[in-house]
Amino acid sequence: MRARLAAGAVLAVVVLLVPAIAGPFLRYLALNMLLLALLALSFNLLFGMTGLLSFGQGAFYAGGAYSAALLLRAGVPLLWSILLGALAAAALAAVLGAFCVRHTRIYFSMLTLAFGMLVYAVVWKWTAVTGGDDGLIGIPRARIGLPGPLDFSLDSPARYYLFAAVLVLLSMAVLHRLSASPLGLALRAIRENAERAEFSGVPVRRTIYIAFVTAGLFAGLSGALLAPLEQTVSPSTAHWTKSAEPVMATLIGGPLSFLGPILGAVVYLGLKEIIVRFTEYWLLVFGLVLLAMVLVFRRGLVGAASRLRMPRRRT
Amino acid sequence: MLFQGLVGLSEAMYLWLVAAGLSLIFGVMRVLNFAHGSLYMLGAYFAWVAFRVSGSFWVALLAGPLVVAAVGWAMEFGFLRRVYSAPEAFQLLLTFAFVLILDDAVKLVFGPVYQSPPTPAALSGAVLIGHSVLPTYHLFILGVGALVGFGLWVFLEKTSFGLVIRATAADREMARALGVRASRLFTWVFMLGAWLAGLGGALSMPVRAISPGMGELIIIEAFVVVVLGGLGSLRGAFVGSLLIGLLHAYGLLFMPVFELALGYMAMALVLIVRPWGLFGIREG
Repeated sequence: MRARLAAGAVLAVVVLLVPAIAGPFLRYLALNMLLLALLALSFNLLFGMTGLLSFGQGAFYAGGAYSAALLLRAGVPLLWSILLGALAAAALAAVLGAFCVRHTRIYFSMLTLAFGMLVYAVVWKWTAVTGGDDGLIGIPRARIGLPGPLDFSLDSPARYYLFAAVLVLLSMAVLHRLSASPLGLALRAIRENAERAEFSGVPVRRTIYIAFVTAGLFAGLSGALLAPLEQTVSPSTAHWTKSAEPVMATLIGGPLSFLGPILGAVVYLGLKEIIVRFTEYWLLVFGLVLLAMVLVFRRGLVGAASRLRMPRRRT
Repeated sequence: MLFQGLVGLSEAMYLWLVAAGLSLIFGVMRVLNFAHGSLYMLGAYFAWVAFRVSGSFWVALLAGPLVVAAVGWAMEFGFLRRVYSAPEAFQLLLTFAFVLILDDAVKLVFGPVYQSPPTPAALSGAVLIGHSVLPTYHLFILGVGALVGFGLWVFLEKTSFGLVIRATAADREMARALGVRASRLFTWVFMLGAWLAGLGGALSMPVRAISPGMGELIIIEAFVVVVLGGLGSLRGAFVGSLLIGLLHAYGLLFMPVFELALGYMAMALVLIVRPWGLFGIREG
């Protein structure tokens, strides 16, 4: 426990020191990594913990991004726009989840993908609200919206980085706490054997529903934080290729440890940044990486590392 | 009206060919092939290449799907069979890796530009039925789709190989115990499914623009179709495809803004009433 606390503290210090030591490009990349890490953690709440492969996290990511963007453009202070954006995504998850959690395994994956693309279709066609193809532009990085002296402006990118990083770190702490909570245990029980979980008193469907909405909330928070960063939101946030990113990050890092998706997000975006300098066909490269992960390193980098350290231990 | 219906039905046939392969593979192997749309796309590209080389539409229609079946063989024999014992999610992820690889490989080889080859001369005319002028090619596709449906029915219900396939789909352990070589069967079924998708792609080549993104669009529609019809049910895939095709065609006519969302709404509706699909069997 103490080691974990220390690891968390080191992570937090590194994350918060970035603006002091890195230039604008690295800072921008680091924030993108943090946002993807949060999205991947939300995905892994369903995948690693519950065993449900969601291909539709992009829907909630976009839900958060568009809601926050609309609120910001309407003049709502930043913090409230972001939190309300995340809540809007959770509300969307509460609606779609009602359909999705009635199914497990493959049906669940198909449904999340199809509903994700439904959101994409809506965003694409509902031009009056979403700006359609062009998306929403001119999103202000307004005042934070706290009372008195705390109400500083986040116009400078370095300040916005700190603000977003703190929110992401807090979310990570909450999610970590959640994975050790009774809810987390119930989800793992469902992953191992849903029938047995049901018989030992776990309300399976309701537990999955709670996890689904929670995952929607944090995916939405990640999306909401994107809107002021980019100052534009485009329909690509809802596309299935966006939903695939947390899948890749989690697979690369390892779905069975809490740190896996975070590490995976850093590696994924770092690798992408390098690969795109050599070829525009970076998806091809990631396809091959994914292939290798599925065939050989099913527990990701974290799993491979722990196997090196403790060759015979099984988790 | 009739014209719109025919267009819808012919669109439904591409969808049917893809959904049939998807459903067949799932029914027998319990693997959901995310890359099925990419196989459809490959069918169109391979047929296009065959057309450029041979100059004959019929050669293209024959060769394209066969090459796709070969790709299917490589996928199953080289990769998929290594993960049958892994959790389902990893099988799904493996096929997803193939979506990324195949889509980008096609972009790499053929370029991202849209290609549109010509309609064969014999099928480029139109037929007058009642007061409507109907393009011959659409009628041709309708015929091929129906023929494939009938062929699959005969194959699965009337031949001994079809019987083995149905037996394996119904109870894999029992079929194995009775001497069915499941691993060889899986390869054949996967190749057949890939061939169906390839045929759909090859047929779509003259009328729909060929592009690297065409697979993504159809796979999601095919998912909607099999959820509607019931995963693993060919009858469900057929009816579901017709439903979606007609919904799109008439939706485009009457409610163009909601056209894209109509299929998903139909899916949501079916899920509320019959979560296992119109022709599906209740889960677990």
